[in-house]
Amino acid sequence: MHMADALISPTVGATMWAATAGLIAYSAKKVKEEADDRKVPLMGVLGAFIFASQMLNFSIPGTGSSGHLGGGMILAILLGPYAAFLVMASVLIVQALFFADGGLLALGCNIFNLGFFPCFVAFPFIYKKIAGVNPKQKRIMPGAIIAGIIGLQLGAFGVVLETVFSGISELPFRTFVLLMQPIHLAIGIVEGLVTAAVVIFVWKARPEILEASCQAEPIGSFNINKVLLGLLVVAVIAGGVLSWFASANPDGLEWSMFKTSGKEELESGDGVHAFTALIQEKTAFLPDYGFKKNQLAIEPEENASQPWPAIDPGTSVSGLVGGALTLAMVFLIGLSLKRRKAAVS
Amino acid sequence: MSHHIVEAIGLHYTYPDGTKGLNGVSFRISHGESVALVGENGAGKSTLLLHLNGYLAATQGQVRIGDFALNPGNLNAVRRTVGMVFQNPDDQLFMATVFDDVAFGPLNLGLGKDEVERKVAQSLETVGAGHLSQRPPYKLSQGEKRSVAIATVLAMSPDILVMDEPSSSLDPVSRSRLIALLKTFKHTKIIATHDLDMAMDICERTIVLHQGQITADGATTGIFGDQNILSRSRLEKPLRMQGCPKCGNTFSHPTFKRESK
Amino acid sequence: MNKISDNFLDIGYMDDLAGKDSWLHRLDPRAKLITTFIFIVTVVSFDKYTLSGLIPFFIFPIALLALSGLPAGYLFKKVLLVLPFAVLVAIFNPLMDREVIFRIGSLGISGGWVSFFSIILRFILTVSVALILICLTGFNAVCLALSKLGLPKPFVVQLLFFFRYLFVLTDEAARMSRAWSLRALGSKAIDFKTFVSLVGHLLLRTIDRAERIYLAMLSRGFDGRIRMIRVMRIGSREFIFGIGWSMLFVLLRSFNIPVKLGALVTGRFS
Repeated sequence: MHMADALISPTVGATMWAATAGLIAYSAKKVKEEADDRKVPLMGVLGAFIFASQMLNFSIPGTGSSGHLGGGMILAILLGPYAAFLVMASVLIVQALFFADGGLLALGCNIFNLGFFPCFVAFPFIYKKIAGVNPKQKRIMPGAIIAGIIGLQLGAFGVVLETVFSGISELPFRTFVLLMQPIHLAIGIVEGLVTAAVVIFVWKARPEILEASCQAEPIGSFNINKVLLGLLVVAVIAGGVLSWFASANPDGLEWSMFKTSGKEELESGDGVHAFTALIQEKTAFLPDYGFKKNQLAIEPEENASQPWPAIDPGTSVSGLVGGALTLAMVFLIGLSLKRRKAAVS
Repeated sequence: MSHHIVEAIGLHYTYPDGTKGLNGVSFRISHGESVALVGENGAGKSTLLLHLNGYLAATQGQVRIGDFALNPGNLNAVRRTVGMVFQNPDDQLFMATVFDDVAFGPLNLGLGKDEVERKVAQSLETVGAGHLSQRPPYKLSQGEKRSVAIATVLAMSPDILVMDEPSSSLDPVSRSRLIALLKTFKHTKIIATHDLDMAMDICERTIVLHQGQITADGATTGIFGDQNILSRSRLEKPLRMQGCPKCGNTFSHPTFKRESK
Repeated sequence: MNKISDNFLDIGYMDDLAGKDSWLHRLDPRAKLITTFIFIVTVVSFDKYTLSGLIPFFIFPIALLALSGLPAGYLFKKVLLVLPFAVLVAIFNPLMDREVIFRIGSLGISGGWVSFFSIILRFILTVSVALILICLTGFNAVCLALSKLGLPKPFVVQLLFFFRYLFVLTDEAARMSRAWSLRALGSKAIDFKTFVSLVGHLLLRTIDRAERIYLAMLSRGFDGRIRMIRVMRIGSREFIFGIGWSMLFVLLRSFNIPVKLGALVTGRFS
């Protein structure tokens, strides 16, 4: 499942983009260092291949549904983790731009969920460990399946965390997890099977392809620790700074507004903002604490001290009326711009 | 003008899987000659062509381009001199726009921005594709792709043009245009093709390849008129030299009339 | 099966739209990219119960559509196409958050429904500007803008090659799929074994193609570096566009105009 702009908060979006951007830069550097000229066209066409093959569905016997090829694992097997990550990122970027799969702010999350976990975690630590340097058919199948499952489980969990930390969706942590993980377990098994089958197909038809890619990426050269450390640093800085900013000052903009004009113009009043600030603070330090738990714990007190959420009914009615009027005005402006353009050209 | 000479001396080549690709190929092509390379599928035409720009290294024998023998050290210089146009234009148009593709070669040669722009404009004009400069390759027709592919090579100002099946999958009009274009080129030309009629139009000399060996090397009309050579090499006469099934007259014969039955 | 050629045509069509001419089309892609990004971040920064505050933001996509001549109906349909996904996730909000936060007459509206519609609005806004961006700028220009803004060269090259061969590969996949359906006699989805074979063959052909492309690159002097000439100019137009819109976004984010407007109107009538 893809993360969406509609469910993301700027903090989460920015943090994940920072992490993804860092990974892209690091992977690009590694690919450049590798200086394997052959990879330049290969990466491009393999990306197009993954994109095209994701449009083909196959039926899963027994169920009524269909599955498709994930891509991250096959790419990692053929290209190594760094190049594979870049290719997955390119596929997701095109999907986001042209098919609105997720959105531009959430793209950072999606590239991370669907790129980092298969390429940098599942592939080196699971597939390679099981399938080894010189893969035999017996080893490819379990390697690909388990790697596929784990990669997807981690990716799905990533979506859950990102959604919960964003606080836009009301879906409670536990429910979301119980929904996402089993579904993605099934998807993981299916994708693992397809990946294994395709890899075995290639291995049978042209074993030299797999041999070449295995030799190019000796297991020892991959340094996950550097990658993880880098990510941790970036995440802590970005998340910490932004969360602090959000919690200490309810909203950067409003804070600056407050400073300059002495008043904060909020539609919904202080209650909600102080509340969300509180949540940011809590979740930043206690990542495994259920979001809903927090709410429930705080609610009774909040109810007593302030009406929660503190939305003034008068403001709300005005809001609706004003909203409708504004929408109408916006459309009129749009129409007049169009007419003007037509008149000019 | 020795840099226009292409020479193969006793070329042998074995594929990675062990089959023999070239079995002692020798020829000498002089400056300005247009040579057709014909033969059945699998005869070794493409394999031979790939030796001419150093992509494949012969297991035995030598290739000479102009003054120097091909070796791993002078590949760049060779590729500047020998421009190769491949069968599938989609494989050669890999950049975002036509301009980028045609500029690729000159930029790799280290030419400056203005020089590159000049060369691109010139090459596109020559093939009649000047208006396609900003198009992405996926929006081109087969004929346009073929023309642009040729332009990408022309932009490097090669002395020798090597082409693999340039007229394949072209519609009749595009094919005629291509033939007219190639006729204007003063380069040394080596063209591997099944299109024997095109070979007759452009190339005065033909080399016939069969199972990795040269079975004939001489004037084009002579070879295409010799049924023995053609049969041995599993070839057939060009269409224009084939006779009417009824009376045996060739199509170019003045008395030929279309049967109304 | 149709899906493949539809998608293929769609991307081609959207790329075509980017090739049209208008004041907006001619603007440097960096300005458009950055402004769009600021827009998205601003929209997304609202808290979850914002509804009316989001509405003025529609001025951006609507103005862009009007000034560029892009087909509004087509883009509207595309947004509608992906809307169900947003609804699917957002629907949990009204289910979980039932506390009534205000009433219209005797009708109580829960916080869950307010946040539900907020999500929908956000979705429409962010998706439409992303689509407009790509239809206005074109993928290649976006990539080059990103490279000028600091995206690593190997990644930009990857994006460009990927996009170039997207059409070739989707075409191949569509043809394979068509060939399959002509002999599949009614089955809706490909069976597993056939799928593996189709995809496997496509993969092998793709790897061979990569080798041929590499050969073509070598033949034209490829030495590992991809060089491109690109003329991109940022001028006063771009600054006016970027700064002007960004200031408006900040303004709309800070002041809730609909509420004020509504208060004015209802105040008059009450």
